[in-house]
Amino acid sequence: MISAPDVVAFTKEDEYEEEPYNEPALPEEYSVPLFPFASQGTNPWSKLSGAKFSRDFILISEFSEQVGPQPLLTIPNDTKVFGTFDLNYFSLRIMSVDYQASFVGHPPGSAYPKLNFVEDSKVVLGDSKEGAFAYVHHLTLYDLEARGFVRPFCMAYISADQHKIMQQFQELSTEFSKASECLKTGNRKAFAGELEKKLKDLDYTRTVLHTETEIQKKANDKGFYSSQAIEKANELASVEKSIIEHQDLLKQIRSYPHRKLKGSDLCSGEMERIQDQPDQAATTSNPDESADTDLFICRPSYTPKLIKAKSTKCFDKKLKTLEELCDTEYFTQTLAQLSHIEHMFRGDLCYLLTSQIDRALLKQQHVTNFLFEDLVEVSDRVVDKQKSAPPQPCQDRPLSRSLEECPIPQVLISIGSYKSSVESVLIKMEQELGDQEYKEVEVTELSSFDAQENLDYLDLDMKGSISSGESIEVLGTEKSTSVLSKSDSQASLTVPLSPQVVRSKAVSYRTISEDSIEVLSTCPSEALIPDDFKASYPSAINEEESYAGDSEGAIHFQASISPPVLDEAEEGSLENTPSQTDSSCCIGKESDSLGLPPSTPVHTLSDEDGVVSSPPQRYRQKDQGFPVDLAVENAHPSQDNTSEGFPAYELDPSHLLASRDVSKSSLDNYSDTTSYVSSVASTSSDRTPSSAHPAGPSSERHQKRAGQNALKFIRQYPFAHPAIYSLLSGRTLVVLGEDEAIVRKLVTALSIFVPNYSRSVKPVKHWVSSPLHIMDFQKWKLIGLQRVASPASAGTLHSLSRYSRYTSILDLDNKTLRCPLYRGTLVPRLADHRTQIKRGSTYYLHVQSMLTQLCSKAFLYTFCHHLHLPAHDKETEELVASRQASFLRLNLGLVNEDVKVVQYLAELLKLHYMQESHGTSHPTLRFDYVPSFLYKI
Amino acid sequence: RGRAAGLPLGTADPGRAGPLRAAPGPGALGPLRKSPLQTIGEEQTQNPYTELLVLRAHRDIVRFLVQLDDCRFASAGDDGIVVVWNAQTGEKLLELSGHTQKITAIITFPPLEACEEKNQLILTASADKTVIVWDCDTGRQVRKVSCFHSTVKCLTILQRLDVWLSGGSDLCVWNRRLDLLCKTSHLSDTGVSALIEIPKNCVVAAVGKELIIFKLVAPTEGSLEWNILEVKRLLDHQDNILSLVNVNDLSFVSGSHVGELIVWDVSDWTVQACERNFWTQLDTQQEIKLCQKPNDISIHHFTWDEENVFAAVGRGLYVYNLQMKRVIACQKTAHDSSVLHIARLPNRQLISCSEDGSVRIWELREKQQLAAEPLPTGFFNMWGFGRVNKQASQPVKKQQENTTPCSLELIGDLIGHSSSVEMFLHFEDHGLVTCSADHLIILWKNGERESGLRSLKLFQKLEENGDLYLTV
Repeated sequence: MISAPDVVAFTKEDEYEEEPYNEPALPEEYSVPLFPFASQGTNPWSKLSGAKFSRDFILISEFSEQVGPQPLLTIPNDTKVFGTFDLNYFSLRIMSVDYQASFVGHPPGSAYPKLNFVEDSKVVLGDSKEGAFAYVHHLTLYDLEARGFVRPFCMAYISADQHKIMQQFQELSTEFSKASECLKTGNRKAFAGELEKKLKDLDYTRTVLHTETEIQKKANDKGFYSSQAIEKANELASVEKSIIEHQDLLKQIRSYPHRKLKGSDLCSGEMERIQDQPDQAATTSNPDESADTDLFICRPSYTPKLIKAKSTKCFDKKLKTLEELCDTEYFTQTLAQLSHIEHMFRGDLCYLLTSQIDRALLKQQHVTNFLFEDLVEVSDRVVDKQKSAPPQPCQDRPLSRSLEECPIPQVLISIGSYKSSVESVLIKMEQELGDQEYKEVEVTELSSFDAQENLDYLDLDMKGSISSGESIEVLGTEKSTSVLSKSDSQASLTVPLSPQVVRSKAVSYRTISEDSIEVLSTCPSEALIPDDFKASYPSAINEEESYAGDSEGAIHFQASISPPVLDEAEEGSLENTPSQTDSSCCIGKESDSLGLPPSTPVHTLSDEDGVVSSPPQRYRQKDQGFPVDLAVENAHPSQDNTSEGFPAYELDPSHLLASRDVSKSSLDNYSDTTSYVSSVASTSSDRTPSSAHPAGPSSERHQKRAGQNALKFIRQYPFAHPAIYSLLSGRTLVVLGEDEAIVRKLVTALSIFVPNYSRSVKPVKHWVSSPLHIMDFQKWKLIGLQRVASPASAGTLHSLSRYSRYTSILDLDNKTLRCPLYRGTLVPRLADHRTQIKRGSTYYLHVQSMLTQLCSKAFLYTFCHHLHLPAHDKETEELVASRQASFLRLNLGLVNEDVKVVQYLAELLKLHYMQESHGTSHPTLRFDYVPSFLYKI
Repeated sequence: RGRAAGLPLGTADPGRAGPLRAAPGPGALGPLRKSPLQTIGEEQTQNPYTELLVLRAHRDIVRFLVQLDDCRFASAGDDGIVVVWNAQTGEKLLELSGHTQKITAIITFPPLEACEEKNQLILTASADKTVIVWDCDTGRQVRKVSCFHSTVKCLTILQRLDVWLSGGSDLCVWNRRLDLLCKTSHLSDTGVSALIEIPKNCVVAAVGKELIIFKLVAPTEGSLEWNILEVKRLLDHQDNILSLVNVNDLSFVSGSHVGELIVWDVSDWTVQACERNFWTQLDTQQEIKLCQKPNDISIHHFTWDEENVFAAVGRGLYVYNLQMKRVIACQKTAHDSSVLHIARLPNRQLISCSEDGSVRIWELREKQQLAAEPLPTGFFNMWGFGRVNKQASQPVKKQQENTTPCSLELIGDLIGHSSSVEMFLHFEDHGLVTCSADHLIILWKNGERESGLRSLKLFQKLEENGDLYLTV
């Protein structure tokens, strides 16, 4: 609910400069952390030139004993995402970190092979040549046929943004641990199964051998053994030994250390029990007994095989796939978790941080946040709350069936160990160009945004070039704090990078979604670019040429990347007014600074090299063209927008769909969330699984769509204000229309203005065709009603006119609205038809932040003791009422009907607060006896 | 625009819809039928009920509401169950099920002061020919009587004697423990339709067109037997008696299907006053009489105060002054169809509910200009004809101004039920409860007051939680 623009208003530059901000400073926990590298003038939105993939993805690799490191799969499983990025090469990188000797074999002092239940290791790796940074989660799976019974795997979250990896380390670690634990649980199960089979095989083999030996003994009674017999006896002995070993292994795998499950959910105990049952079954099949018959009775499905004395060469056999290793069910569950992770961390770091702050703050507002928060988010927060407690495995996982029987034990790395591994790790990067030493950068501490994350931020020693071909920067592992800093200065990039670019690369990376491609093609006109922008890039053509001759994959790459247009504008403003860089994350930059004629970049560091005086990727962007209307708009922000503390430009940090929205808004407006099959879905196949995650971006898309349609409604209907007032004040709005799709669309759009009764109920009914009843008004605050042309509709219309005092009626077919008068000032700010906001998600955020303000007013009003209770016994009710009225008017600045909105919200707050303790309280239908008016277009 | 709320709603329940709004005959002869329904706009400043709560538990028509104490009431209806509710929160407290058919009468039996048993009892009579006594604190079925030969249609309690009477085809007297003390002979097949207590251990039973006075003989030293004796039959009504109430210590009133209102002396059972046809125009307008359905003039319900009897006559409301012995105010078409229940509030307000599904709040106001000028009771007969009111918007009020010293002003209406509103109950502290044929009960509340109460509760809870910090 607290959107970024809302908060950033406090960091506006000119306010600091011209007049000192007089209001009390914002409490620390409410402020967005300043962009750590702002002082260097880097632009957080700039595109990284080094990265060859378009956005973050997850890679699963294996160190195969046959072929060495190899990539297995990526999430999303779409070649467009990783582009020309060399997965094989990167697999080699991440698998070559010998993180832990997960030795299985005969440890000294032990007779049998010993399984090590090794902790997963969590490592941050960087490969600057590839422009890739990765959180790497190593894990070991057991495979009976593998060397030493182990198969090393790793899951890597690969991003171009190093800081994203670093700052989200804790979250990444938690999430990947879940995935890893799921894999490992499945693996243990599968491994135990394998062992059982193997034991049966061995048992059978032993029986066969035994019989053969006996036969030979009988046949050969000369008193000495033939060599054949000795061989048989040896074989038998080795089989016996093998049996014991395997039994031991089985015991080990079944006695998976309980300490691991400590802190995990209780169900893991159940899981153990489930695992124990086959254990008992297996122990009964004691090899000493003649087990054959038993076995065939118990397990008719498996026929033991004779095991040859000489095992096959390891290169001959085909290794099990990951899916075979982990039991299909667990494997799919893991994939679901991984794609959940991919969604979770999709987007820019700044966006992630902001939304984390958002969530943290919302958690604090437990009294009011039910009113307008999305229920999805609420449930998300419920999960968050229980993070420390037993995890809720099913909340974010679609596979609920298997969850009862196979809970995923969650290994949470303790904060302490995390700290020890990450803090004060130096990243040394040798400079390619060699000569320049840059002063060490003291990075501002970022820990304020998350109490959980006591991350001592790294002291970064940024040392210029990162174009070293084979550098691996191991930032830390869980257990070791040793630093590897190896670099090989070999220029491999055709375009020399300025350190500044490097830095920006390290800091900022934005997900590029394919969606914007089409926009680029629809707005190809470079001619429309304002001259100001052109002037700022004098070397554009040269740069362009140098890029034209660049890497072979360039065409595909460039096509798939549509760098944010707004970012460019932003970039300009950043560069031109370096003093602004003090303010955080660039969101707060009012684009009015663009009005200034851009000067040459002020960064002296790069001045000496004319070629790289400005980040090259911008020229590429320009070449692609960008939606001009946005840029122009940025240059001329409207006043009333800025006065609201909302920048005119609109960033969508999670997806760079900016231009798509603009160009396709008319098309999108009436497409439903479910029937969202426009070009977006077709161009990005990985979006499809996202719908499986309720908390994923699907809800975001939903918000965006709702915002877009709401925006359209506001622009289209001059009487939007009274309609929205009706919703806010709890008067049911009936949207009447013939076309179900249109009605549903509008209902969805308007539902963003509907206060909820509680966390579980959203009082919105999208489509009704039967006559309305008084219960409906008590239950629903926004109803889509079917207008039927037949006489059957008489009842519907009759009930509508009968209950007209409880409803406002928006007739979509006749374009009329019948509702009470509204003369307040709140809704015009909330829903200004001249708003410069163009994009749905931005408008949604705008609405959310306005509503948050409203909630805080309602909160104040509700919980001010003196307003509601008489000061003394003799005080009359009238006095109390007048005190309330004056508080609403003077202290909260509410006029006319706005008072009713706050009063309604206050009632909801009271009800909700009381409801929390004792059971269910019925929602009451509140209404006023006020005349309605008919509005027409 | 503003009239939407008051649109005729007779179609809400076709089965029960009273008089249809037939198109006015040629020439619009009937002023009574012409007189438009008084409506009130959406702006109802005097209407305190700005909050409602729909209570749903019944599966059939809810016909009866009875108040148990300050904050509880019970509802009963055709589904045979009794539900006890909290009038403040709307919480369903108990559901009493035991009857197999619809409930025909319900009454509360307040606990005796002397008696140890504190619990309040509810008596319900049902079409399954049983009467059940419930403990309305525990929901327990205390006793059940099933020896009736016919459906018990009315129940009354003689608190003084600690007995209760059931009226079906005969009249039975029971004590608290449900022992049958005595009974009358078979009275009629249709049964007793109303029963009230009058002084001197007498009760009046309305049986068809007759009012029968019974005297109850309590056991004395001489005889231990209870007895009930028929004392007198009053035959003044020409049609079935629908309503019968005690209005004060001196008189009781009965009303019949054809609109006769008779005020009786409570001690010697003589007619004090009689209004037979003042709400009809029998002698002047035969045609009207013909097209007049008896429903339009039948007296469904009475309420009273010290000086007036308020009668629900057909669709209208009439105020009959006992001293002046005439109608002092009337509202001929107070509702769109028959008024089923009326009640008087302390502040000269009257609430009526009707088959049209609405509840209306009226205020009795005195007209300043016409204070005196007594009017003959038959005055109604004189004005109607010849003053055909072509303009429907010309309200009845104008005519009333000449006729009655007071007027009933509509100050608010409550629209919520989708079908006939059978009954309502007014709580001083918690608002109004209405029950209806649409199976619902609606709790109407004063929104401002509720808001204040919620605030109080909120701060109480904050205090309990220790979250309340008061700066001194």
